[in-house]
Amino acid sequence: MSLTYNPMELMITVAARYLEDGATVVVGTGGPCAAAMLAQRMHAPNLMIMFEAGGIGPLLPTMPISVGDSRTFYRGVGASTMPDIMGMCQRGMVDYCFLGGAQVDPYGNLNSTLIGSHERPKVRFPGSGGANDLASLCWRTMMMTPQDRRRFVPKVDFVTTPGYLGGPGAREAAGLPPGTGPYKVITNLCVIGFDETTSRMKVESLHPGVSRTDVEENTGFPLLWATDLGSTEAPTADELRVLRNHVDPLRYIIGRA
Amino acid sequence: MPELFVSPDVDEARRFFRAKPRRMENKVTSVAAAVRRYIHDGAYIGIGGFGTNRVPTSLLHEILRQGIRGLGVSGHTATHDFQILAAGEAMDRVDVAYVVGLEARGLSRSARRLFEQGKLKVTEWTNAALAWRYQAAAMGIPFMPARIMFGTDTCRYSAAKEITCPYTGAKLLALPALYPDVALIHVHRADVYGNCQIDGITVSDLDLARAARHLIVTCERLIPTDEVRREPDRTAIPCFLVDAVCEVPFGSYPGNMPYEYFSDEEHLQAWLEAEEDPEQLASFVRRHILDVPDFEAYLELCGGLGRMRELRLTELLIGAGSAAAEQAGAEPAGPRGLEGGEGR
Repeated sequence: MSLTYNPMELMITVAARYLEDGATVVVGTGGPCAAAMLAQRMHAPNLMIMFEAGGIGPLLPTMPISVGDSRTFYRGVGASTMPDIMGMCQRGMVDYCFLGGAQVDPYGNLNSTLIGSHERPKVRFPGSGGANDLASLCWRTMMMTPQDRRRFVPKVDFVTTPGYLGGPGAREAAGLPPGTGPYKVITNLCVIGFDETTSRMKVESLHPGVSRTDVEENTGFPLLWATDLGSTEAPTADELRVLRNHVDPLRYIIGRA
Repeated sequence: MPELFVSPDVDEARRFFRAKPRRMENKVTSVAAAVRRYIHDGAYIGIGGFGTNRVPTSLLHEILRQGIRGLGVSGHTATHDFQILAAGEAMDRVDVAYVVGLEARGLSRSARRLFEQGKLKVTEWTNAALAWRYQAAAMGIPFMPARIMFGTDTCRYSAAKEITCPYTGAKLLALPALYPDVALIHVHRADVYGNCQIDGITVSDLDLARAARHLIVTCERLIPTDEVRREPDRTAIPCFLVDAVCEVPFGSYPGNMPYEYFSDEEHLQAWLEAEEDPEQLASFVRRHILDVPDFEAYLELCGGLGRMRELRLTELLIGAGSAAAEQAGAEPAGPRGLEGGEGR
C-alpha cells in the first residue's frame, strides 16, 4: 500500500532516522526540531535534544516557535545558559547539530547572512545566529533544505557557516576542531553525504519517485554519486501517524510544504 | 574594515566599576525615568533574554518615545527587540549575530530595509561569540579564546583576531570583551535594591548583567528582600550590579515569559504585516508606542488583562473548551498527552 505524504513530511521523517538513541543534538525551530521530536517518539526516546538558548532535554509538548521559548525546556533535565550549551559543543559533547540556510555550496558551506555585498546587501538575512558555532564545534552537521538551483549554488554569496570550506583538510587548517564537519544533507529529493577524498557532496539515496535527472536539474553544480546509490525508504504509516498526531498536530511545519 | 564598536580595555572598565556605587539603596523608579537617566543618544546597549523571550519590551518602547538616536546594539538573537529599535530608527551600528528575523515567524521587512539601504554600520559575529564576549567582560579579561568562525566570511567581517595557543600552538580566535554602556534585562522578580531572580533559561544574561556598565532591570513583580535572603541561591543578579529597578507586569509582552505567559503570536504577526509598508508601520508604531503614555496603556490597547490571561493559559498548556485541551489540562505530563494544548 502506498501512502501519501508531502515533501516536508518526507524530509522530517528521513532526517529523524539519522538521530540515534542516546545521542546529543542541538536543533533550531522548524523542520530540524520536528525531526528530533519524531526521533524521540519513534526509535530514540533518550535522544538528548538541546537548544542554543539553554534548554536541555525537554519533553517537547508542542513545536517551539523560538529556540529560546519556554517549550525548549519544558520538563527538561536542565534550563541553562547559552555559554553552557556552546561550551558543551566546544568541549566535544554534542554529536549532531541541525541547520538550514538560504544557500549551500558543494562543500556544505552555508549562507544565511546576505545576497549581494556586505557593504550594501541586496537581501539581508538574519546572519549566523548559532549556526556558525554549532557547525564549527559539533561532531556532525546535518542540514535539511528544499533542493533547487537557487539554493544549491557553486559558490555562496557569503560563507556564514563552515562546511568543508575549500576542500579536504581546510577546516583543520583554518583552525576548526578536527573530525568535525557536514554529515548529511536531507532534501525533498534525496539524501546527500560528503565524499571522503574530495569533501564534496555525494548523493547517497534518491527519494521515492525521484530520478537522477530530477536531482541534477535542481542542483547548480555537478554532484558526485555513490556507487551503491540507494533508494530512500518512504515514510511508514507509523512515522506519519506520530508526526501528524503528536509532533506537529497544528501543522506549523508540515503544513508549509 | 569591520569596526570594533566597544573597547575591550579592561583597565578602563575597572576604573569605571571602581567608582560604581555598591550601596544597598532603593532603586525603584519608572521606566521613563530609568531610560532618561541611563540611555543617551549614541550609547551602546545589550538586551537581555532571547528576542521574543523574557525581553524588556517596556524599555525599548520608551527608547522610541524619548526619541533616542544613534544607539549601538549587540544583536545577540535580537528579534522583536531589534524590530522595535529598527522601527524607531534608533540605531546606527550593530554587532550582528542574529537580527532581522523572528525565527520561525519570518523576517522583519523594516529591519532588513536598514541594512539594505546602508543605514547601519555592521560587524558580524555569532551567538556564541557575543555570549563569550560578554563573558570575557564579566570576567574582566580582554578577550575570550574560542574555536569558532574560522575560515568563514562571518569571521572576515568580524573584528575578531587570530592568536596562537601558548601551550599547544593551536589556532584560536580572540573574541574581544564586550562592555555595553547599558544592559536592559527583564526578570521574574527583584527586590527594591535590584537582587534579581530569573525562572527558566538565563540565556546570556548572567554575563551581560556583569559586563554592562549600567544595568536597568524590569521585573514582573517586586518582592521583599526577605524572599531573596531566604533563597540566596535563586539570585541571578546581585543588587550592586543594578542601577534601576522598574516593576512592569507583563513586561516581556508580546514576548514569552517562562511559566507566566506565552508570546502573543497574533500581535507579532500584526507587527510583521505592518512592516510591509513604511507608512503603515509608522502609523502602527504611533498607535502602539508613540501615542500611548506608557507600557500599561499599550497592554490595554492589545487586549488588556483578558488577553494576558489567554496567554497565561497558553503558557501553562491549558486550553479552553475542547476535549483535547481538557485532556491536556488533565494530563500536562507526557509529550504524547498534549497535542492541541495550545488552545488555538
